[in-house]
Amino acid sequence: MSTLSADPYRTSLRTVADWGLVAIAVLTLAALALPVGALGGAPVGWFGGMMGGTLAPLFLIGVVLAVVAGRSAPKRVWGAWVELGGVALAWLLPLHLLNEGVDLSAGWGLWLFLVAATLLLWRVMGVLAGVPGWTRSVVVPGLFGLGLLVGWEVLVRGFQVPAILLPPPSRIASALAAHAPVLWDDFRQTVLTSVLRGYVMGCGAGFLVAILADRLPFLARGLLPLGNLASAIPVVGIAPIMVMWFGFDWQSKAAVIVVMTFFPMMINTLAGLGNSERIQLDLMRSYGAGYGRTLVKLRLPNALPFLFNGLKINSTLALIGAIVAEFFGTPVVGMGFRISTEVARMNLDIVWATIAVAALTGSGLYGGLALLERATTAWHPSMRRR
Amino acid sequence: MTFPNPLDAQEKAAFRQGSEKSVAPVVVEARKLSLVYPTADKPVMALSEVDLTIAKSDFVSLIGPSGCGKTTLLRVIADLERPTSGHIAIEGMTPEQARLKRLYGYVFQAPALYPWRTVERNVMLPLEIMGLPKADRQQRAREQLERVGLVGFERKFPWQLSGGMQQRVSIARALALQPDLLLMDEPFGALDEITRDHLNLHLTQLWRATGKTCVFVTHSIAEAVFLSTRIVVMSPRPGRILDVIDCNSLPRERTLDIRESPEFAAIAHRVREGLKEGHSYDD
Repeated sequence: MSTLSADPYRTSLRTVADWGLVAIAVLTLAALALPVGALGGAPVGWFGGMMGGTLAPLFLIGVVLAVVAGRSAPKRVWGAWVELGGVALAWLLPLHLLNEGVDLSAGWGLWLFLVAATLLLWRVMGVLAGVPGWTRSVVVPGLFGLGLLVGWEVLVRGFQVPAILLPPPSRIASALAAHAPVLWDDFRQTVLTSVLRGYVMGCGAGFLVAILADRLPFLARGLLPLGNLASAIPVVGIAPIMVMWFGFDWQSKAAVIVVMTFFPMMINTLAGLGNSERIQLDLMRSYGAGYGRTLVKLRLPNALPFLFNGLKINSTLALIGAIVAEFFGTPVVGMGFRISTEVARMNLDIVWATIAVAALTGSGLYGGLALLERATTAWHPSMRRR
Repeated sequence: MTFPNPLDAQEKAAFRQGSEKSVAPVVVEARKLSLVYPTADKPVMALSEVDLTIAKSDFVSLIGPSGCGKTTLLRVIADLERPTSGHIAIEGMTPEQARLKRLYGYVFQAPALYPWRTVERNVMLPLEIMGLPKADRQQRAREQLERVGLVGFERKFPWQLSGGMQQRVSIARALALQPDLLLMDEPFGALDEITRDHLNLHLTQLWRATGKTCVFVTHSIAEAVFLSTRIVVMSPRPGRILDVIDCNSLPRERTLDIRESPEFAAIAHRVREGLKEGHSYDD
């Protein structure tokens, strides 16, 4: 906001007016000339027909008021929050129209208006992203995600996309609620039983073998090429074999996960153990510290960023491994089993709900590890507070 | 063995002079020390027939151009390198025994602080390895941080300190072991001149107060003359000792003012002449 006065030499046509706001105003004015939708085949304008019509004018007035108030707010950030309210109001309009039974697929006035609202959101996010603390780290990404969900909802419902192709998020949410007990059982079987056990075994084994291979160079030389080989093994190939070896229950899923996670963990640990500088190792040597103390006091702390790298990669690999492995045989429970059977029965709502659970689980695991990493490697240059 | 080294006579004279003046016990003794690095094209002679005796409470500087083996010599004393031939003893022990008994503290070119440890815990690191109880560790760390003027920074992390402060932490860490022998490898090489002067003054006071034996590698003539009781001038290809200069004409207590004295200038001149001599052979 102060760049204008700080640099008088750059004052030009480009900087004398708020061109972004002008663009939004032009788009909105153009939108007013077009219908917002159709009711029974007849186009519906912004201000409706004689008989009642919709509440669209109220939404329009609300948004305009929010923008005017936002512009005249004493602080740019306060203004941004007010404008955010305007954006929310604008995106609620299509939901209101849908409730009124209006067909939005030809409502080009509405879509143009929503484009203008999105431009406004863009500006708001630009301001909020500059506010340090929770606003920047939580609110902005949260609003971004919410915006995507609302956009998905409005577009899918507005253009009447068949639910079999892509259901709106609200429908997925109600499927989540309706099938909660089944989804919980699947979650328990797949995540709490197979994934956690396989993950701990795979990562633990990878870590321990890396420590061993670090002491015995021939082991590292022999195992590293195998790592490349193992990373090229397709899950769909290994999963049925593991089911034959270890049976239908969690053991076969854990085995698939061990195969998938062992080498990433081992390779990352080895790289981390090699990450200590000569001068740091000399220092330990000058203290007469042996292998074990050097490992614990120097090399493992230095390896932590690498260990977390391996753990994070493996958290998603493990989930994918378990779900795919369940396609090839499982007791009649589990997320992979659910997806494979419900797809066959065209029960796509529950499939989408399972996908949502898997996505949330994956990002939850990853996010938890990232938080743990931040807590334990706050000293690392990539983590230091700005 | 019978091959006469032109510098031998001079060196021995220096020894004799030293031993006549005081009966201080010998801390480091090197005889015909050589070290050859095998490299791809031809072996590099990092040290060639080096003879050196360092007495207790001496402050000895090793000075010379890069590649003259001064750091290598220090690393041999610290048992971070093994000599190819010759004899070296630290307080009558092999360097390995001395290292395992933690007889020396080593200050590296870079601070080499562990970024995940606070300043205090960095200083306590060698004490943890020694197995000292926690109360002792804290007490010693506090003493040494006080000595280098870093009280109040115990909870800071290394990256929150300036370069000069970091190097002071690394000196405190070396002192925390309470070694009789302090080995320093260009500890102030990366610092600006003002900080360097300040730390030099600090170091010489510390040396006076503790009576430790110091071996100090540098390529600054002024620094060497200011700090040392003896200056060892070295020359590269092969790394060898050209001259050993006594600084007894300077008082043991050093202030920054002595740098203006004629004695200081005379010693600095001799060091410079020695370094020039070393260069004349290979260029």
